[in-house]
Amino acid sequence: MSFLLIAVIILTGLGLVFGLLLGYASIKFKVKEDPVAEKIDLLLPQTQCGQCGYPGCRPYAEAVANGDDITKCAPGGKATIEQIADLLSVPIPDNSNNDDIVIKKVAFIIEDDCIGCTKCIQACPVDAILGTTKQMHTVIIDECTGCDLCVEPCPVDCIEMIPVAQTTKNWNWQLNAIPFKQLES
Amino acid sequence: MVEYVLLLIGTVLVNNFVLVKFLGLCPFMGVSNKLESAIGMSMATTFVMTVASLCSYLVNQYLLAPVGLEYLRTLSFILVIAVVVQFTEMVVRKTSPTLYRMLGIFLPLITTNCAVLGVALLNVNEHHNFIDSIVYGFGAALGFSLVLIMFSAMRERIAAADVPAPFKGASIAMITAGLMSLAFMGFTGLVK
Repeated sequence: MSFLLIAVIILTGLGLVFGLLLGYASIKFKVKEDPVAEKIDLLLPQTQCGQCGYPGCRPYAEAVANGDDITKCAPGGKATIEQIADLLSVPIPDNSNNDDIVIKKVAFIIEDDCIGCTKCIQACPVDAILGTTKQMHTVIIDECTGCDLCVEPCPVDCIEMIPVAQTTKNWNWQLNAIPFKQLES
Repeated sequence: MVEYVLLLIGTVLVNNFVLVKFLGLCPFMGVSNKLESAIGMSMATTFVMTVASLCSYLVNQYLLAPVGLEYLRTLSFILVIAVVVQFTEMVVRKTSPTLYRMLGIFLPLITTNCAVLGVALLNVNEHHNFIDSIVYGFGAALGFSLVLIMFSAMRERIAAADVPAPFKGASIAMITAGLMSLAFMGFTGLVK
């Protein structure tokens, strides 16, 4: 019995010592993250889609903090660009002079062709695709960020990116464009 | 002194961990696409292997052996390696951001590198003493680095070469690795 006990005590002690060592190290060697990158990261949509060319939102936030272009986030769209520009107090880059004005698109599954393979569901970073194995899938348009990630995995090419028509619902109204402050009388 | 040099040469060339003992094959195939990342991985592995073999020797000699807990070796060595890697990552991150950028992504990968655990266990099997263990760990890591860097340099050449279609990619890499292993067999008998 004591044989067993010694083993347990030794391993627990080892684990405890190592745990304390790591805990101490994590306090002692704490690295201050760049606060700007932190704030930019909060503004990004966190879809981790990689369309900006970085492996995720966090690396892109760090790149922006180090002076990269702020217009690379496709799922975030114009709203995110404006917020980042506001945060960094840089002018919003004018893309009216180049041709690829970003039109918001959403994925659309041609339901007759869908074989129910669930590959697009696994690819979707925002869980905007509904469906299950061997059942037809469909896209929740309000959730779709238009990130294109589901198009590639589809084995039967039944996913299309269709532009969203501008309606009164999704028009960027900018109701608070003029900031005002209520003065106390 | 001669004894340590022989041990070092023996570990690097004759009993090469990757090509003769077939340990650490995962990073050998995985991180050898680019010379740059292979060098980063080699440096990180060298450091971790040396330190881990030192620490695991101490743990085995002064903690497990006196109370007859040798059967818990594997378990405790994995723990030791994980802690060494984690600790190293924290220290490197704090002290040298440049080095961290170079080694950072490889460090967590090393935790699961079987060559590191292999060194620790082989040290015990071959009854190495304290300095032997360090030399053995360092030699094993050196051998790993040598082979990894050579292999990645070759793969960079192969990527540009005109390889027949069925052999493209992983297949030619496997063949290259096999040929390298054959070549290293030639060192057998160099050091006893």
